[in-house]
Amino acid sequence: MDYFIELFCGGLTRGAIYALIALGYTMVYGIIGLINFAHGEIYMIGAFTAFIVATVLSIYGFPLLAIVILAGFAAVIWSSAYGYTVEKIAYKPLRHAPRLSPLISAIGMSIFLQNYVLLAQTSNFLPFPELIPEFAFMEPIAHIVGSTDIVILITTAVIMLILTVVIKGTKVGKAMRATSQDRTMAMLVGINVNRIISATFIIGSALAAIGGLLIASHIGQINFYIGFLAGIKAFTAAVLGGIGSIPGAVLGGLVLGLTESFATGYVSSDYEDVFAFSLLVLILIFKPSGLLGKAETKKV
Amino acid sequence: MLGFKEIKNGLLVSLWFVFLTFPLMVVKVDPVERIVSWRWENSIYVAIGTFVIYCVVKIIMQHRTGNAAVEKEAEQEKESIIHRVLASPKQKYTLIALLLAVAIAFPQFSSSYQTNVMTTALMYVVLGLGLNIVVGMAGLLDLGYVAFYAVGAYTYALLNHHFDLGFWAVLPIGGGMAAIFGILLGFMIVTIFIVNRLQDSRLGRAWIALREDEIACQAMGIDKRRTKLVAFALGAFWAGIIGVVFAAKTTFINPASFTFLESAIILAIVVLGGMGSIVGVILGALILILLPEYLRALSEYRMLAFGAILVAMMVFRPRGLISNIRRTYHSDKKFHPPIQH
Repeated sequence: MDYFIELFCGGLTRGAIYALIALGYTMVYGIIGLINFAHGEIYMIGAFTAFIVATVLSIYGFPLLAIVILAGFAAVIWSSAYGYTVEKIAYKPLRHAPRLSPLISAIGMSIFLQNYVLLAQTSNFLPFPELIPEFAFMEPIAHIVGSTDIVILITTAVIMLILTVVIKGTKVGKAMRATSQDRTMAMLVGINVNRIISATFIIGSALAAIGGLLIASHIGQINFYIGFLAGIKAFTAAVLGGIGSIPGAVLGGLVLGLTESFATGYVSSDYEDVFAFSLLVLILIFKPSGLLGKAETKKV
Repeated sequence: MLGFKEIKNGLLVSLWFVFLTFPLMVVKVDPVERIVSWRWENSIYVAIGTFVIYCVVKIIMQHRTGNAAVEKEAEQEKESIIHRVLASPKQKYTLIALLLAVAIAFPQFSSSYQTNVMTTALMYVVLGLGLNIVVGMAGLLDLGYVAFYAVGAYTYALLNHHFDLGFWAVLPIGGGMAAIFGILLGFMIVTIFIVNRLQDSRLGRAWIALREDEIACQAMGIDKRRTKLVAFALGAFWAGIIGVVFAAKTTFINPASFTFLESAIILAIVVLGGMGSIVGVILGALILILLPEYLRALSEYRMLAFGAILVAMMVFRPRGLISNIRRTYHSDKKFHPPIQH
């Protein structure tokens, strides 16, 4: 039973991180119908910025709490800035181009950013500083659930809550929902669509940055390639939950994380991807629009 | 050329990029030795580089808006020349003979490295043409195309390994290279003609109709499912054949040869060349495969440049290098006077 709970918690943690990244995919898809392949790279840049800031501050002897807060802020700010810039350079000029053209420019951007980080920093794995301490009160159950898992789960839950409030309650959120329903109509009622698209990229990138920070301190090492792998998984999670749907991305992430965790624990870590993707295929066969996606009907 | 406003914007953009690249380009930490090195000179390079690129892009943009109409006509002319050559049988056979002569002569006159590069490029031409059926003509997005390529390669490798099958085995290793090149070119020509024929066939027109409007297509009595399946099957067929060639050429395959990036590059070939255009796909494959090869001079900056070029090409030519002209039927030529050039 202990083993089951351990796998369950591990799966939830993994799923929470997938969900954080998947939200960026699903929000961008919902609003401009583009699979943003560079999103994984934004997450990687977030992790790298956090790594640089945290290491520099720890060398200069800052206290742990200040390091965590400053590294988190830096990761969010720079990831958002990159997300914003990528959209302006690579996607905005292609707004009226054929559907696949922005996809290719996204792939180009992803290759570019990966190699940019590789050249600016290093190709080696870098040890990520331990930002989340082992809590004393967690001692009795530490062999089942680590402190990092708890911190990741709580942080993710809080962020999801904030995101829900932003999207349901604020003016920006309302405008975002309107734009994703019908861009032309949104423009007609006076929404600055370009600004809303930028806002979507910034929010998605900020979420990815937090995901990057959390997972990097959980795993303990980073390199320039982590974004690509996480990006593919998160994209799978977004599709699983129904791309374009925000609760769907969270559900998809959790389902994917749990499947992987149980497959690793009870079968073998070699079969983790086989199970995850078989599940994806199965779900898509029975529900082609994903778990929470709405089936698209087209009027003629 | 550039006004005060553009210069000011350029400065702001370069300032933004200095900020953007600050943590990754300027700071470098050694977490083991605990040393921080500040590389301030990189900020200056970024600032100057961004400003220059911004100005160049602005000048190109100004230039382009003036010549847009002229360019479009020149492009259609280019496309129609190739279509005209393919249409007349005499010129068609001359072209085949010429290409075959090049294929036979090329390995004799160039190094084995050059032959190798060209072989790879031709393989991607056929892969691109195969995917073009699925993506370009039928309008279906296929991100797993490389799987069919892998199936072909593994089929050959396993058959060859366990049953000693495969006519490649008899080819001597030295002459094998040239033979592969020639046979590949043969494949390519066959593919071009098949795809070209397909485009004008009932099936090809059904695919294009499906791409343009699915509902109207069904209303016209086209079996949607069957048409899509045939597109996938035909696309996969070419990938399988090239998979066999690939396995024979490298004599070693593993799953790492068939990654998602490979699929993405084949897709990029189709989109970059111009969806649905055969000449475009050939051009796209040659550019995307030869470019990283000849960018080797840039050594470690090779893939950086490749990514940037991919973005730039899409931004400046969103419809691909050669956009396919739509076939229109005129009822009577007299009522449609030719456009004055």
